[in-house]
Amino acid sequence: MPLFVLTRLLSFVLTLLATSVVVFAVLELLPGNAAQVILGETATPESIAAMEDKLGLNQPAASRYLSWMGGMLQGQTGQSISYDTPTAHLMAERMQVTLPLAVMAMGLTVALSLALGLYAASQQNKAGDVGVMTLSQLGLALPNFWLAILLILLFAVHLEWVSAGGFPGWSEDDGGGIWQGIKALLLPAMALAAVQTAILTRVTRSAVLDTLREDFVRTARAKGLSRRQVLWGHVLRNAMIPVLTVMGLQFGNLITSAIVIENVFVLPGIGRLIFQAIANRDLIVVRDVVMLLAALVILINFFIDLLYAWIDPRLKAGHAG
Amino acid sequence: MLDKGTFRRRALRHPSLVAGGAMVLLMVMSAVLSLFWSPYPVGDIDIPNKLASPSAAHWLGTDSLGRDIGSLLLVGSQNSLLVGFIAVGIGLGVGVPLGLLASARRGWVEEVIMRTADFTFAFPALLSAIMLTAIYGPGLVVSIVAIGIFNIPVFARISRGAANAVWARDYTAAARAAGQGPLAITLAHVLPNIASVLIVQSTIQFAIAILAEAALSYLGLGTQPPQPSWGRMLNEAQSQMFQAPMLAVYPGAAIALAVLGLNLLGDGLRDVLDPRLARQRSA
Repeated sequence: MPLFVLTRLLSFVLTLLATSVVVFAVLELLPGNAAQVILGETATPESIAAMEDKLGLNQPAASRYLSWMGGMLQGQTGQSISYDTPTAHLMAERMQVTLPLAVMAMGLTVALSLALGLYAASQQNKAGDVGVMTLSQLGLALPNFWLAILLILLFAVHLEWVSAGGFPGWSEDDGGGIWQGIKALLLPAMALAAVQTAILTRVTRSAVLDTLREDFVRTARAKGLSRRQVLWGHVLRNAMIPVLTVMGLQFGNLITSAIVIENVFVLPGIGRLIFQAIANRDLIVVRDVVMLLAALVILINFFIDLLYAWIDPRLKAGHAG
Repeated sequence: MLDKGTFRRRALRHPSLVAGGAMVLLMVMSAVLSLFWSPYPVGDIDIPNKLASPSAAHWLGTDSLGRDIGSLLLVGSQNSLLVGFIAVGIGLGVGVPLGLLASARRGWVEEVIMRTADFTFAFPALLSAIMLTAIYGPGLVVSIVAIGIFNIPVFARISRGAANAVWARDYTAAARAAGQGPLAITLAHVLPNIASVLIVQSTIQFAIAILAEAALSYLGLGTQPPQPSWGRMLNEAQSQMFQAPMLAVYPGAAIALAVLGLNLLGDGLRDVLDPRLARQRSA
């Protein structure tokens, strides 16, 4: 394995470790103790003692941390208090909604942003460019959950094309199906993608413009390549580095924004799960979902780092330190 | 920094700065106005008049409890401003000193501060806000703190980057040769020279804070009743979407206008305060 990959891997593992310590510690530092918070103000001392026992609070923090981490790594998670099932089951089930939603939103974002960004760059300072930039300025200002509500108003309340929320499931036995599922996720994915597209379009546009000014572009044109060949062969590849950086950050944003959007559309995803867990004071679920989402974000950033090296081999040398 | 005359001349020629400034001013003025006066007291429940259409008495109509929408929007602006100011204040107050320290001391101090900032950055802000409200209970203070914590690494990074550039300049070398210590140089030379960068970033983070608070309040984790907040108004409006669709439009438009105004102001300030950055950005 090259040194670059090793150092990235090490930093990935360390970040994960640090995150898990922080997530664990935040719950340790909470006022009173977890059993008290879960059961509420009115709980009797006996029920608190029973809950403390169930949560293993009488063991030292270090050993509880180790058994939590060990469990998470093996998929043997703790029991949710309100659902009475292992949190891993809950999360796996809910991810079947959140992951496709995030992937659809990201797909929309990338397709739209690359097209709009390239178009705006090719029309620099002309009407098309100004139009795209104005749209993206507006997109940046829209709260995504408001856009979601507006989409529901238009497509569900006014036009009655889709239902205002809910998810029929992927399996045809339950009255759902692939198409029904995708249809239910379409508006949420659009609401998630709009703001991200506004950001990524700007990044793509300025990255392309920056690259167009490079000497190698002039050289490529001088040796007789067409504008189009240079754009696809040289410019896009080099412009991808800032674009990828932002995409990595955006995927993290998408996953967390999904918490809000899933609640607007009442989708049974991971965001709805954590929201209900908060309402039920199910701290076990809250802790495990937060850890899972954070781990996902860190994992994506790790992959983006590796992708850089593939796109721009120069970074392997420079980045290793 | 620019002198006042130059700033004014450049600012007035900049359309996005003027438009953004006007929108932000409007928001600040409505918040100040609402401290003394609103068309109706926001606590006034008037069930017989619920979900009324816009009229002379209620310009934007009433909500499901018969409260005047215009008044709720006006008073709601206080909340958004408060969150923005405190969250940005936390970021500036903690992040900037850390960034300046990293830049002045370099070595392991810089390494520790910046790696910690990287780490905080990797952790999604909304997620940490949700975790904190899950533990400490929903409320305005918890959400402000959660949003503010996220601002710390943002300002630490930006002030360190900008400060490093100032430390590399000849005049700081001259000040060092004249016997000034790192603290004196930081206060006399570094801070004034990075102020414009910080002002621009503050407007952007202000906008982000308003959006984040609105999202938390929409989820019911931020501002609690009876304090009006734009995010919670949207939540309440959603259940009345079939009877009174416009209720879901106004508060969102208020949030969008506030954020648009701040973003335009930030863009404009960047162009006016630091033309070099403007050239890079539009490039």
